[in-house]
Amino acid sequence: MSRHLKEHGTPAVPPPPVSPGGLRLIVEGFFTQLLSLWRVFLHLFARRATIEYPEQKPYLPPRYRGRIVLTRDPDGQERCVACNLCAVACPVGCIALQKAETPDGRWYPEWFRINFSRCIYCGMCEEACPTYAIQLTPDYEMAEYDRRNMVYEKEHLLIAGQGKYPGYSFYRVAGLAIAGKPKGAAQHEEPPVDPRSLLP
Amino acid sequence: MSAGDARSATAPLVTIEIDGRRYRVDPRRNLLEVALELGFDLPYFCWHPALGSVGACRQCAVTQFKDENDTQGRVVMACMTPCADKTRIAIAHPDALEMRASVIEMLMTNHPHDCPVCEEGGACHLQDMTVMTGHAYRRYRFHKRTHVNQDLGPFVSHEMNRCIACYRCVRFYREYAGGDDLNVFGAHHYVYFGRASDGVLESPFSGNLVEVCPTGVFTDKTYGESYTRKWDLQQAPSICHHCAVGCNIMPGERYGRLKRIENRYHGALNGYFLCDRGRYGYQHVNAQGRVRHAALRRDRGAARQPVDADTAIATLAGWLAEGRVLGIGSPRASLEANYALRALVGADRFHRGIDAETARLDDLVLETLARGPAQIATIADIEQADAVLVLGEDVLATGARIALAIRQAVRQSAYAMADAAHVPRWQDHSARLLAQEVKSPLFVCTPAATGLDGIATRTYRGAPQDLVRLAQEIVHLLDYTQPRAPGLDGDTIHLAHTIAEALKGAQRPLIVSGTGCGSAALLQVVANLCTALGRSGRKPWLALLPSECNSLGTALLGGPGLDAALARIEVGEIDTLIVLENDLFRRVPAPRLQALLMRLSHLVVIDALATPTAEAADLLLPAGAFAETDGTLVNYEGRAQRYFQVYVPEGDIRESWRWLQQVARARGQDLGDALDALIAGCAGSDPRLARIVDAAPSARFRIHGSRIPRQPHRYSGRTAMHAQRDIHEPRPPQDPDTPLAFSMEGARTGAPPAEIPIFWYPRWNSVQSVHKFQQEIGGPLRGGDPGVRLIEPGPGGHYHDRPGYRAPAELETVWLYELFGSEELSVRGDAIASRVAAPYLVLHPATAARLGLTAGATVQVEAAGQRWQAVLRVSPTFAANVAGVPRGLPGVPTFATGTVLSVREVRP
Repeated sequence: MSRHLKEHGTPAVPPPPVSPGGLRLIVEGFFTQLLSLWRVFLHLFARRATIEYPEQKPYLPPRYRGRIVLTRDPDGQERCVACNLCAVACPVGCIALQKAETPDGRWYPEWFRINFSRCIYCGMCEEACPTYAIQLTPDYEMAEYDRRNMVYEKEHLLIAGQGKYPGYSFYRVAGLAIAGKPKGAAQHEEPPVDPRSLLP
Repeated sequence: MSAGDARSATAPLVTIEIDGRRYRVDPRRNLLEVALELGFDLPYFCWHPALGSVGACRQCAVTQFKDENDTQGRVVMACMTPCADKTRIAIAHPDALEMRASVIEMLMTNHPHDCPVCEEGGACHLQDMTVMTGHAYRRYRFHKRTHVNQDLGPFVSHEMNRCIACYRCVRFYREYAGGDDLNVFGAHHYVYFGRASDGVLESPFSGNLVEVCPTGVFTDKTYGESYTRKWDLQQAPSICHHCAVGCNIMPGERYGRLKRIENRYHGALNGYFLCDRGRYGYQHVNAQGRVRHAALRRDRGAARQPVDADTAIATLAGWLAEGRVLGIGSPRASLEANYALRALVGADRFHRGIDAETARLDDLVLETLARGPAQIATIADIEQADAVLVLGEDVLATGARIALAIRQAVRQSAYAMADAAHVPRWQDHSARLLAQEVKSPLFVCTPAATGLDGIATRTYRGAPQDLVRLAQEIVHLLDYTQPRAPGLDGDTIHLAHTIAEALKGAQRPLIVSGTGCGSAALLQVVANLCTALGRSGRKPWLALLPSECNSLGTALLGGPGLDAALARIEVGEIDTLIVLENDLFRRVPAPRLQALLMRLSHLVVIDALATPTAEAADLLLPAGAFAETDGTLVNYEGRAQRYFQVYVPEGDIRESWRWLQQVARARGQDLGDALDALIAGCAGSDPRLARIVDAAPSARFRIHGSRIPRQPHRYSGRTAMHAQRDIHEPRPPQDPDTPLAFSMEGARTGAPPAEIPIFWYPRWNSVQSVHKFQQEIGGPLRGGDPGVRLIEPGPGGHYHDRPGYRAPAELETVWLYELFGSEELSVRGDAIASRVAAPYLVLHPATAARLGLTAGATVQVEAAGQRWQAVLRVSPTFAANVAGVPRGLPGVPTFATGTVLSVREVRP
């Protein structure tokens, strides 16, 4: 208790003003109660807002931020190039991976792990991904009794399809040469020059 | 260490105005350097503090005003504009901003859109500069020019499409490092930086291209194999263990694997560059055959069984209690580890892990350095020397970073010409053009040809005995009270005259030698040379290279060499031998050593590597490799430098000194339980070592109560990297030994120079950010260069007696050294191993003819009862009569210096 109150006792509170229309309020209140009851009653005949989950599933838009997957490019190859941008964008640090390289020159993750027990489904990883590899999907049914089952490795993450962004292949755009796509074969590229030529 | 280092003399400061504020600056610098030093973020590409300015990239545009009344100004390149008095420039002027943005936009028209798959990404100067200028979208809609890449060998990857034609690579490789197999081809926007055809980059400094290149054209191939972004690397400051120079390095780790070595700037030592042995020699840490668990052989002849650490410690403590113990230290182990072993077994039972001959040489190096009158040359000093005499040491193979500095030293007369013509030293190409082929005197006197011969004024080839004679003659010419050398021919006497005149005429003469020849007489005559130069009124500089990273440290600790230890084993005095981080088979001929090891009851080896000695051990304790431990090394200039643990390895691996501390504890002896106790003990054991405490702040050091984090602030995957093992994130390992933390948390700024774990600064993600940590560009780090010099040269003293001359016997061994192969640790990595030569033998053509041998023949060589096969190399630039043997090369056995070989051809 502050010193002020100790010295001066309880502060003087003015009595509440007596409402001039007290009776009217009582009558009005009674009718609004009835109105509410009526409206609730009408809901018995309205269309149901809830559904019988899990027998019935709701529609979720494709951009819903649920379970994270790794997609493949139109040629069926892994899209992920192990650039580590998703991992560094992740605010909870729940993505870890290690880069490796195939004999034909593609970068890919040797392993790729997401700890979904830490994931907050913010979608930053998808936003950071330069190859449309990592995508959030409308699947949210990921609850587990054991947290350890929420650690997803690459085999659990990699899907067969292209996800939300069909048609994109990073290696067709980027200048890195891979088997079957030499230098000069990417988008907007001229064939390699001959550095020994002095012609303009 | 910046181009030419023009700071040796002071000049009156001038006033310049940048963006409306006035600054007092050094007129001998250019505007770019000054602006960066003052903290402005001015983008640049082609300028490099060690390579100077060429004005190739047009990126550092600023607006310069004529005078106070000029409001319009004109755009100039900051790197090409000197700081004249009353210079008025604007970095933020719209014209300059527009110019810089459009230059980047043009540079990016051909850039290949591959940052996600580029090893430079995230630590890329081009990315930083692009963001800094604000260029974000590619407006250019036409096609990109492309190039085909080359295979440049095991060290460097090549991706030419990322090139922005700043010319830094060829300027470094050809002009700074003296390589000639990398060049620029083509014209206009076709310019191509590479080799004439695919092939291994020959320069021993090729790895620096990775850091010199501001984009991802040249990247580290060993790092790329198991790549991790810079922001994900856990780093700690470290010291290179691969030679006695002690370059500062920054190893980076991720997922328990050492990923790469990056240069850690040191103003007096390595500066901006490392040699390839230092950069790529780290792979032994990740080797499959590493010792990772303690193992014990319970019965003689049985196999070793893994045991837990406590059993191992108790076993060793039990053996120690039985007495009759001997400890053998190592010049590749830290001071603390050597000291801990000495404290455990007692000083009278501690032996330095080197043979008596090497021990004598190391002691002589120490004595020569301490005696004076020569000043001990840092690498920055070597670059300033205006006359250099290399005597007996192939520095390019035994201390390569010094050879790179000698390359800069020969430019001293070119700088003198530039100064006389008022050409600023940072105008690198103008200074080179002016000087043409003029070089300051460099004399390379070695048994075999070296990589420095191309820039040498004169070379001399001879056996170590002949080098001693030549040096003795020079001593005589400098000080006539000294006797002449016997039996020199006219040419050699003329050469001695030339060298003596050059040393006498120099302001800063430098003598470079070392223990490579294995000749004590050579070191004595080097001491005599310094004495003679001192008596003639000059202050010579001296660089003496011992053979290993902590040779001088073990010499300071003292103790008898290996031979005395072996003698004690031979007479059956010893039951238990403790070998610390040492492979005795590299130091003692195998037949003798094997016989001696049989006489022991218990051989205890504490090592990180599965060496032949470790194979023979009865008790094997896994020690941490350099990136897994802390400790102090003393380099060739007597500088004590601390290196820090980068990560906590898996298995039972722990610091070798910690094993020894724990064994001591089990015996009731107190050696402390952290590094600082050993540092204090070691410092207290000898006044010469007292200052090692100051090599870096102790474990109690804190910045505002916080430790220094080893992990960058963007370190990713903390909650996933261990999740497959344990869903609960483990507590980060605690570090009782240093003020660094295995964590992202802590004080990111204000780390003392010896304990900076990463070079990073807002908007400067690449290694170019180092200028934010320097007092001035190319100068010491803020707070002074790390390490403390333990040796203060004295005023000099008397001469050593003139060594007697004995002509070398026919086929007497002369040691040769290989940058890749002669050093024990680095050859255990794949990248370096792929560059190691097969065993060879070098003879002079006359010697070979006399023996009836032809070049390229396979010969069987025998030395002291050991035989091996080698390919014969015949070289007219090799000393006559003697036989050159590459020391330490895999496949070449160990035997004493000066052994006479017998050679015969093997016919298939």
